[in-house]
Amino acid sequence: MSFAAELTISLLLILGGVFILVGSFGLLRLKDLYVRLHAPTKATTLGLGGVLAGSMVYMFDLQGYATIKEILITVFLVITAPVTAHILAKVAMHHQVKTMDRTRNKEHVEQAREQLPPHQDSEQSTKYGQE
Amino acid sequence: MSMVSKVLPLPLHSVTLLIVWLALNASIGLGHILLGTALGIIIPLLCKPLRMPEAPVKRPLKVISYIAIVAKDILVANVQVALLVVGPMRNIKPGFVAVPLDLPNIFPITVLASTVTMTPGTVSCEISSDKKWLYVHVLNMPDDEQEIIDFIKQRYEARIKEIFAC
Repeated sequence: MSFAAELTISLLLILGGVFILVGSFGLLRLKDLYVRLHAPTKATTLGLGGVLAGSMVYMFDLQGYATIKEILITVFLVITAPVTAHILAKVAMHHQVKTMDRTRNKEHVEQAREQLPPHQDSEQSTKYGQE
Repeated sequence: MSMVSKVLPLPLHSVTLLIVWLALNASIGLGHILLGTALGIIIPLLCKPLRMPEAPVKRPLKVISYIAIVAKDILVANVQVALLVVGPMRNIKPGFVAVPLDLPNIFPITVLASTVTMTPGTVSCEISSDKKWLYVHVLNMPDDEQEIIDFIKQRYEARIKEIFAC
């Protein structure tokens, strides 16, 4: 394997690894479930993308042709990750999971749980925050 | 004709499944073609009853530019969220926002909700049963929540509307 290929693969793997690490670190560090949801849904996409791109370069270097397996995996991930996040958020609302103290518009949770439209006046009263 | 549509209720899905199966195995051997065809027939038969009536894509070219925009936003979102996670916690100002929806069909709403989850600092949480409001959790709330609503509506919803011509 040529040095250039090795370097590209290493860089892609490091990039992917860093983002996956940050995503997992976010799970540990962030304070409530809703905020935690942000870390794995986003940071991991690029992380996995990096690892898969590395795998693609490796296979291309090894076999001389590119496989689109990795692209398919990325597509499946992008399609399924939001669904998981959505269901987790939904379950959290039904279990009345505690939110961070400074979360704004908490009253939306009550309405969202019952799948009702928001109170019209709440939109106005909280529009300019209470911080 | 009815016989064919009975065995292949969703011909396009069957062909896609076969292609995806061959691509996943990176081979066009006879065994994989047979197996892929079998999967392409069985899976649509099983999934047929689960399908919802969905809006057809009216402007396929717009789909490509939409995917490009979303892909770019996903990259930006990844870096932004990574920085927020590593940075000081006081920078995180979470909040909920109710986004009024203007899409009539369940499929465009699904596309919008998924896009919202994948893009900067927002996760879609719930949809009101009348399909008019999307509840979104925002990681980093600007002082004026209208900014977030306008961003989602102009950047994504307007484009989805164009794609489905609704």
